[in-house]
Amino acid sequence: MGGTRSWTWHMAAAVVLLFVLGMHMLIMHMAGTGHWFAPYGTEPSSMRNSLFRDENPFFIFAYILLLGVALYHGLYGFRTIVFELTLKPATEKAITIALAVIGLGLFGLGTWAALVAHRIALAGAGG
Amino acid sequence: MAEAGKAVRQIAFHVTRYNPERDRVPFVTSYQVPVRQGMTVLDGLHYIKDNLDATLAWRYSCRMGICGSCGMLLNGRPALACNTQILHIANANLTVKPLPNFPIIRDLVPDLQSMFDKHRIVEPYILHANEAESDFWAGEFYQSTEQLKSYLQFSYCILCGCCMAACPTLATDTRYLGPMPLAAAQRYDADTRDEGRHARNAVTDAQSGVSHCHYAGECSRVCPKGVDPAKALQLLKRSLVLDYLHLGRQTSPCKKLQGPGNGTRLPDIAAVPKKTA
Repeated sequence: MGGTRSWTWHMAAAVVLLFVLGMHMLIMHMAGTGHWFAPYGTEPSSMRNSLFRDENPFFIFAYILLLGVALYHGLYGFRTIVFELTLKPATEKAITIALAVIGLGLFGLGTWAALVAHRIALAGAGG
Repeated sequence: MAEAGKAVRQIAFHVTRYNPERDRVPFVTSYQVPVRQGMTVLDGLHYIKDNLDATLAWRYSCRMGICGSCGMLLNGRPALACNTQILHIANANLTVKPLPNFPIIRDLVPDLQSMFDKHRIVEPYILHANEAESDFWAGEFYQSTEQLKSYLQFSYCILCGCCMAACPTLATDTRYLGPMPLAAAQRYDADTRDEGRHARNAVTDAQSGVSHCHYAGECSRVCPKGVDPAKALQLLKRSLVLDYLHLGRQTSPCKKLQGPGNGTRLPDIAAVPKKTA
């Protein structure tokens, strides 16, 4: 199950992306009318509204999920495009390893940033 | 309406010529062909060979859209020369090129060997779990109309290579199996007499397999037999994903009948001849 396994996860990541990007659009671009998860004023990206969401573990999970699926979907898609150049197997292997390292590195960095934001928000809420 | 047999228009055939023993790159030669109503591109090529240039080479056999030999690129679209009427696709000019995505043997003759090699590795024939069954069958296989319909249209493929020539994925990645071999795999995977789906999965699931399809759909648009290879590939993808998730439906092989059954023979159907061996 080589191609099918990667392709299935690629498609599953696309479905999750649709859901989390839809949530992003609702919160960031329709908050002026709905005030979804942005109770302070009409600017959803203000510091107070951001800290309000960062306190909530659901949003931290959503950030990390969005990061993970976006990285996998994007990098796998990029790899597929590059592989259509009919490269040598050794080059393809090197590209796969490089993209895996880049993806895991960015995922680790983003996860760390989300967890730090959560800790700062909790510390702010505690006084 | 024009009188049959009388030329109604002069059409300029712009034909790609190439002899690898003599030419470094393909070039185009133009021929003026008097075209009658109903005249096919194959007829036009015969006119050129008989009257204008006897050195022109192309491949053909049946002249009736059955053998799949005369696939070529007509005004930028892969088609069979024998079932394409000139006046349906050309007013004054007609470009005739060999099928793309294949090496050229000479002029309009593509080398289809790579396609046949890919076709062979998907094992496009009925496989039985019991190998002896292939040579010494134990009875007649019963298949319902619905079971037949699940693969029937894919069995109309004549291996002409038009879908392979139209495939944009194959144009960039020659390792990709392509629509024809993958549609053939689906044709046999869906056949209830077959038990070779898991064996074929090893080929169709590879990196160069069906997951490489971008679903451009050109294969289905150009097929001269009305086969829908794009649909076959999507069905194959679904089957592979379900197998990967262990949700694949276990299709039971069709029943074997040990005799003619209980039906009544229609009066105009002759009886089976006696066995001679």
